[in-house]
Amino acid sequence: MIRLEKRLQPSKKWTSITPFLAVLATMFVGGIMFWALGQDPIEAIRIIFWDPLFNPQFASYARPQILVKAGPLVLIALGLSLGFRANIWNIGAEGQYIIGAICGAGVGLAFYPSEGWFIFPLMVIAGALGGFLWAMIPAILKIKFNTNEILVSLMLVYVAEKILISVSLGLMRNPEGGGFPGSRNLQYYKAASNPELISGTGMHWGVLVAIALTCLTYIMLTKHTLGFQIKISGQSNKAARFSGTNPSIITAICLGVSGALAGLAGLFEVSGPSGQISIDFNVGYGFTAIIVAFLGRLNPFGILLAGLLMALTYIGGELAQFMLGLPAAAIQAFQGMLLFFLLAGDILTNYQPKFTYKKRL
Amino acid sequence: MSNISLLEIDGISKSYPGVIANENVKFTIKTGEIHALLGENGAGKSTLVKTIYGLVKPDKGLMKLNGNLYSPNEPRDARSCGVAMVFQHFSLFNALTVAENIALGMESSPRIDRLSSKIETISIEYGLPINPEKMVGSLSAGEQQRVEIIRCLLQNPKLLIMDEPTSVLTPNEIKTLFSTLKKLKREGTSILYISHKLEDIRSICDTATILRGGKNVGTCDPKKENVRNIAEMMIGETIKIPKKKSTISKLIALEVDCLNWVPRDSSQKQLKNISFKLLKGEILGIGGVAGNGQDELTEILSGEVLSNKNTIRLFDNPIGDIGINKRRLLGLLTAPEERLGHAAIPDMDLIENTNLTAHTREKLVKKSGIIDWRKTQEFAKNIIKEFDVRTPNAKVAAGSLSGGNLQKFVIGREVLQKPVVFIVNQPTWGVDAAAASSIRQAILDLASTGSAVIIISQDLDELLELTDNFMAINSGEMSQKINTQGLTVDEIGLMIGGTGTYWKRHD
Repeated sequence: MIRLEKRLQPSKKWTSITPFLAVLATMFVGGIMFWALGQDPIEAIRIIFWDPLFNPQFASYARPQILVKAGPLVLIALGLSLGFRANIWNIGAEGQYIIGAICGAGVGLAFYPSEGWFIFPLMVIAGALGGFLWAMIPAILKIKFNTNEILVSLMLVYVAEKILISVSLGLMRNPEGGGFPGSRNLQYYKAASNPELISGTGMHWGVLVAIALTCLTYIMLTKHTLGFQIKISGQSNKAARFSGTNPSIITAICLGVSGALAGLAGLFEVSGPSGQISIDFNVGYGFTAIIVAFLGRLNPFGILLAGLLMALTYIGGELAQFMLGLPAAAIQAFQGMLLFFLLAGDILTNYQPKFTYKKRL
Repeated sequence: MSNISLLEIDGISKSYPGVIANENVKFTIKTGEIHALLGENGAGKSTLVKTIYGLVKPDKGLMKLNGNLYSPNEPRDARSCGVAMVFQHFSLFNALTVAENIALGMESSPRIDRLSSKIETISIEYGLPINPEKMVGSLSAGEQQRVEIIRCLLQNPKLLIMDEPTSVLTPNEIKTLFSTLKKLKREGTSILYISHKLEDIRSICDTATILRGGKNVGTCDPKKENVRNIAEMMIGETIKIPKKKSTISKLIALEVDCLNWVPRDSSQKQLKNISFKLLKGEILGIGGVAGNGQDELTEILSGEVLSNKNTIRLFDNPIGDIGINKRRLLGLLTAPEERLGHAAIPDMDLIENTNLTAHTREKLVKKSGIIDWRKTQEFAKNIIKEFDVRTPNAKVAAGSLSGGNLQKFVIGREVLQKPVVFIVNQPTWGVDAAAASSIRQAILDLASTGSAVIIISQDLDELLELTDNFMAINSGEMSQKINTQGLTVDEIGLMIGGTGTYWKRHD
């Protein structure tokens, strides 16, 4: 019989081992699922995890795509992880991502077609500010009226999506686009574009910012008093107050920073890989980033790795759809499994399994 | 009480891998006596009673019940021999009624309506008021315990084992329980009463067997021994009596002037017209029954909750409207009652928990906001050393420390910051005797260096032992301040109840 015994303190060893176990378990159970769908499980797993990186036929396209997808995921997840540590649940990063993109692109389009080195930096500021302000709506409502930030931030995603449709069809529509919805393509407007910095890598400004912020967030969480206050707020409100932490300020900072980072991610996307504001601009990075944040254990470097892994399953999943004709839902189930096994694995960090033989006395 | 022995325990030993839970334990429970089994956590009380109740098989030794060999294989055997047990944690279904719960535990239960009337008879006979039709989920802890007791009494037990029965009860419920136990005793039922509360045991037990480290270290009459001797037998070392040097000066350290406070939600107590002066070097005791405004007062004094500027003055500086960290800088430090989740964070280690309150006064955070973890660690180690906190190292989660050790850490963390005014709520609540005495000594030492101290406590003996002056708190109001010397527990009891001559009501 297996008995679970609560550990005196969460095991640090298992905290770092469980993500890898979760990946292995996902491969195993996912393999069974692919097998049930009539595919060779080993080949399917190979296509998802191996081919995007090393298959000579696909890697040249797929490898840069990994950074392109991981950039926004990591950027958003870093912000979310701060709030999650403090028990502040921003579920609306997708909305902040959209608003950031609209604000940033708006600034860029307003300057069209003039040139100037200052345009792109201004867009970056506008993108961050847009996401920040959108996130301040749930923050202020929570501080003033104690509303639930989960609901408010989530609902604002749908509002943001409607605004996106509206500007794609109206305000920001490309006047030279022949009436098609969507803005001018910023990739062709040099002063406002976020190009691939090294050809063939997928590296753009957003990826660099994501890596820099990973280090910065790590330092903030481990060395700075603000990071410490965020951590204690998540552990116990009463103890945090006793320590002199103002819960309203922590709420505002956590939501504000995660909003600003989501907004930045949106700006880098719209000015780079996506190029334009369009009806289907957002593809769910804001929601997937929640998985990335947890997969990375809310640890900045963990998030960096988790973002890369998640991007890999995206690219690999697309490849598997294309090569094997696997349904898109199967790939989503595969990604869902990853989070499921990870959360299930948490039990090992807090509990110790004990194998006992029931003896009849 | 007769001299006939009911249960003889003869040389019981039981060991688990790495620990000896019981070693050659011998004692005898007589018919019709209340026999206390005393010991600190981990002394082996639970293993022993589980052996008696048939849940644990001893490695060595034997037991005799009424002179016959008694070796129960499982609780059912024990019950059929007339041994019943009320556990500390109840095994009841919240969604079932009292009668249904009792029926579930019976070998062959009668029809529910007949059982209900039987329950009612017993509940009246033994003074255990309970309604058999009520849902268990709607009952208080004390009432749920009654259900468990009635369940046992239906079996007409010869021996009733009670594991820490008063830990969940209110003072009134304790009184009811004790009168029931006395009635059972008069009828010839023996009771094995497990507890670490000396006062409970002194008030109702005839004999006490004391376990320490799994061994029986003595059997005595708890009414004749003094509390300190019993406590020393329990912990196996001599307890120092705190020594006090009075050093009260004429300087007013802290003044509270007409503090009125209305809470935002109804779970909190309103504070009415509280005024007092605390002198430098004075120890002021504030006593009262739990929930009369102590927690609210502590939070207002500490700065967690703000009040009007002039209601609180520290050496004539108005501090009523400034926050807890600014008050810390000025020298007003606090140790709240709740150790886990308020004074300390259970999942964080002792170094992080040091930073929790010592960051401002000990300058553990640099101007840039970067935390000086090395300095924090040094301070944590200092607390551990100076206050004898028993822990493998400072990187251990606070929640894994025993109550006494964590409390020593919490008190030590504040005392070593050299407070000018120190406010402590329930300094020794739920703490073992050795830790309690060292905490009390630390508070006295602090006062003798000229700090002013407020001790808020429900432990009247502690207040009598430590404080210079005393005030009672009742329904958010406070009595006059009077000299503790010469006060008796009875007088304090009256004051705490809100009556007596030392109350000026401002209605």
